[in-house]
Amino acid sequence: MISFGTTEEQEVVREAMRDFAAQALRPLARKCDEGSAIPDDLLQQIWELGLTSTQIPEAYGGGGEERSPVTNAIVLEELAHGDAALAIAGVVPSLFANAVLDFGTDAQKQALLPAFCGERFHTASLAVVEPGAFFDASRPRTVAEPKGDGFVLSGTKTLVPLADRASHFLVVARNNGGVDAFVVPRDAQGLSIGEAEKNLGLRALHTATLELERVEVGPEARLGGEAGCDVRRLLDGSRTALAAVMTGLSRAVLEYCVPYAKDREAFDEPIARKQAIAFMLADMHIEVEAMRWLTWQAASHLEKCRDASRAAGLARSYAAEKSLWIADNGIQVLGGHGYIREHPVELWFRSARTLGVLEGTVTL
Amino acid sequence: MIDFNLSENDEKILAGVREEALLCRKYARHYDENEHEFPPDELPEASSWKPSVKRGEPSPEDSSMPVMSMLGIMGRHWGDYSVRLRQDRGGLGNAALSASGTPEQKTRWGGEVLAMAITEPGCGSDPSRVQTSAVLDEETDEWILNGEKIFVTTGCRSTGVVVWATVDKTAGRAGIKSFLIMKGTPGFEVVHKEKKLGIRADDTATLVLRDCRIPRDQLLGGDETVKQKGSGGFRGVMKTFNMTRPAVAAMGLGIAEAALDFTREQLEEAGFEIDYAAATASLPAPVAKFIELEALFEASKLTVLRAAWLAGEARPNNMESSVTKAHAGTAVRRITQGCIDILGPMGISREHLLEKWLRDCRITDIYEGTGQIQRLIIARGLLDYTRAELK
Repeated sequence: MISFGTTEEQEVVREAMRDFAAQALRPLARKCDEGSAIPDDLLQQIWELGLTSTQIPEAYGGGGEERSPVTNAIVLEELAHGDAALAIAGVVPSLFANAVLDFGTDAQKQALLPAFCGERFHTASLAVVEPGAFFDASRPRTVAEPKGDGFVLSGTKTLVPLADRASHFLVVARNNGGVDAFVVPRDAQGLSIGEAEKNLGLRALHTATLELERVEVGPEARLGGEAGCDVRRLLDGSRTALAAVMTGLSRAVLEYCVPYAKDREAFDEPIARKQAIAFMLADMHIEVEAMRWLTWQAASHLEKCRDASRAAGLARSYAAEKSLWIADNGIQVLGGHGYIREHPVELWFRSARTLGVLEGTVTL
Repeated sequence: MIDFNLSENDEKILAGVREEALLCRKYARHYDENEHEFPPDELPEASSWKPSVKRGEPSPEDSSMPVMSMLGIMGRHWGDYSVRLRQDRGGLGNAALSASGTPEQKTRWGGEVLAMAITEPGCGSDPSRVQTSAVLDEETDEWILNGEKIFVTTGCRSTGVVVWATVDKTAGRAGIKSFLIMKGTPGFEVVHKEKKLGIRADDTATLVLRDCRIPRDQLLGGDETVKQKGSGGFRGVMKTFNMTRPAVAAMGLGIAEAALDFTREQLEEAGFEIDYAAATASLPAPVAKFIELEALFEASKLTVLRAAWLAGEARPNNMESSVTKAHAGTAVRRITQGCIDILGPMGISREHLLEKWLRDCRITDIYEGTGQIQRLIIARGLLDYTRAELK
């Protein structure tokens, strides 16, 4: 059945997240961006929303609530409406925990998940992106070679979120013709974690480069054990989540531009009364709607365990193009003020441009 | 609950629509090249043809009627814009009748095929400038209509027409009423079938009214609307547009999907793999372009389904309807043009239908309110502006 009807619970969650984003995230967004850091107590505050632990089964110490990718897409849109970098940082723990939940063996779940069920913020991270031009997540250059029962990992990963705080990294690598993910503890021999990377946008989100120089791991490190893990599915989740973040960011731009354009006067009337501006705003609205429905479609396919690759790929590429267009034109609506760091629009523009190249930093 | 999966029954219904559409497509080129020949009311195959897929049993998992109606429109237009196994009964005027007619009028004219005549040589996007006049002759209890209407869809084939005319030129929008005029009424004449860029097999007429007299009760919605001058006569007729905008978007999207399917076949035949998981930078240019067009199509289609879903929930969808048409109007132009970019010479050859689809879908961004008018409606909603505040 084609239905766009949210449940009552989803509406409650949406409202709670909207309030949280407005009160806790938006006011700190500029400061975190300028300082390229997120205070510990803010991560703790997000942690206390229970986004990660409540969706882990009781058997592993979690809240045992059913995980709904659609609800999580709604949550991400709302959090990113506050700020994209803070939203992503807040759900990095889920990035790792959900991958383990979806593909891990029972032993891996037992070993790794309880750490995500405590009262204090805890995170591990996912290492997907690789440096250099023409990166393709479906064809990683990092490689896992068999050695004895285990593997030797070699390669370089970049844009690994919260690498400074992560206890483990899930490293995506080529393995015997296919692609797999390997759990690598922070203190593994041969793993070096670089300094904080300096990026165009999402500056508040700490990211780093990982060098893997013949990192030896045991057979238990391969996510999913003998069966391995469906990395394509993992990326489908990540792409859909990115589309949700882009939707939230785009809506933030639109909702900032509307009152501004009604307030700002030129030639004796608000600029919003000029079609040149009004039509830009109309197009922003049209595209925010379109990207939200694409996101929901992909999330719903994930939720119903259907093939989501096409839907997720289309949602991500469309949202990437349109969110950039919206943020870019958001600057144009504000004119010179859009270029000034007193207004958040230039920050959103840099975030949008950065989100477009990220993979595997956020999940549903 | 949010869901994007068609039920088994939904799938069967749409598979049937597609089969029938494919049959109609065989005649598409003929009626395009022979513009003033109408496609027949029934194709020769009509009596013998049966879909190979049988409808399933209805289930609670089925999509709502408006959603299925939009998908059905897409499916039929995927075959061809105009050719049908059996021509549809009813036009836009029938929608106006069911939205604004009195119960008595609905019974009386419900069986007719009614066109809708709004546009005039001097007024298109701003129907409040309608010059066709209606004057009440108190002695005979008749309306006397004078004026010219153009771009009247189904104008030739219909048995009657709903005509917008003003009863008071000084009253602007408030003075506009709808009148039902049956073919054969003295003073009412179909004079011309337009020659067009696309949708050439479609019936698009010019109508002339010269002292055309109709009984007083042929005012749509009944006489009392005349007495309540300035109170929502215009709004009554605008109500018609709420499902027609998504429907027009769906028509264009059906054509765009045909273009995408044709292009996909050609790409696959040439050995290209369409890999949605690969990074854009590692895709061959034609595939990257194709995926971009597909995303545009999917985005547009979802806005249509959303507006239709709202209608099924009996929730207002005025702004959403404009979103569908604004989005699809641009999308279908880009999609068909982009498919020609990908296929090159094959795209413009009249040996194939792609060039026809480009011409056919171009109307989507024009009729039933241009893309610009839709943006005006959306911007007013967004900014909470009246018509006077944002012109």
